[in-house]
Amino acid sequence: MTTVAFWVLAVLAVASGVMVLRFDSMARATFSLLTALLCVGGELIVLGLDYLGIVTVLMMTIEMAIMAVFMIMFMMNPAGLMPMTMVHNKRGAAVICALSFVLLLVGILLAPWPRRSGRPPADPTMDLGMSLMGPQMLTMMTLGMALFATIVATVVLSTRRGRYDRFGDDLRAARPEDPVRGGVGR
Amino acid sequence: MSLELFLVLASALFCVGLFGALTQQSIVMLMMGLELMLGGVILAAGAAWHYIAPATADGQVLIVVAITAMAVEMAIGFAVVTALFRSREIDMTDMAAELRE
Repeated sequence: MTTVAFWVLAVLAVASGVMVLRFDSMARATFSLLTALLCVGGELIVLGLDYLGIVTVLMMTIEMAIMAVFMIMFMMNPAGLMPMTMVHNKRGAAVICALSFVLLLVGILLAPWPRRSGRPPADPTMDLGMSLMGPQMLTMMTLGMALFATIVATVVLSTRRGRYDRFGDDLRAARPEDPVRGGVGR
Repeated sequence: MSLELFLVLASALFCVGLFGALTQQSIVMLMMGLELMLGGVILAAGAAWHYIAPATADGQVLIVVAITAMAVEMAIGFAVVTALFRSREIDMTDMAAELRE
């Protein structure tokens, strides 16, 4: 059963990944990428990582829904009603990717992989939680800070009004010029 | 199934994503290529956990890091695209070449 699941998900993942780059419709490309990443989540569940598999599935579903909105906002042909290619250096990139794949394949087949040490715990999710709250706490704190910095950076980048708009060119205004009262400028 | 099979699948996803990241002119499509590459990394980390060291949670922690990287990449990427589009009406990588300077 798991072997069948592996092969079905594997073929679907690679086929969807390739179709992401072939579709003319941006909405279809987004949902094709969603399919590929859902298959990755499914493969994680096949490996016994139920929690991380479900997290991947949930996160990618929401992420791709947001991505579809952005695709339709920024692309000139979101519905794919006319053929469109927006690529450069296709041949060079194909050579680089083929060489990379061959190199990875040779490494995978020739590397002396270590034997499996230990057995999976009864509850891998508990194992992950104990690790993140124990020996891997520094990793967890770093990820938390990175996410916090991301929140600040995205708000700063996305906001239309910057400090020069609010305080003037020399930033010496006593009060910021905000359209609505009640903020930091009162 | 074996570790090698999972790693071949992960490599295939990584290389398809690499092709997208190298060829696509649209910044949003470029980000889709990066997501595929990170999907390959996630799969390779899961396979390494299962077939090499299932007793420790290090492989799972690597997956958490990769998933966080995907979220950060997408959030910052869209914010940069929004800022670029707002200031210069740019949504293609070739038109934003001045960012290299």
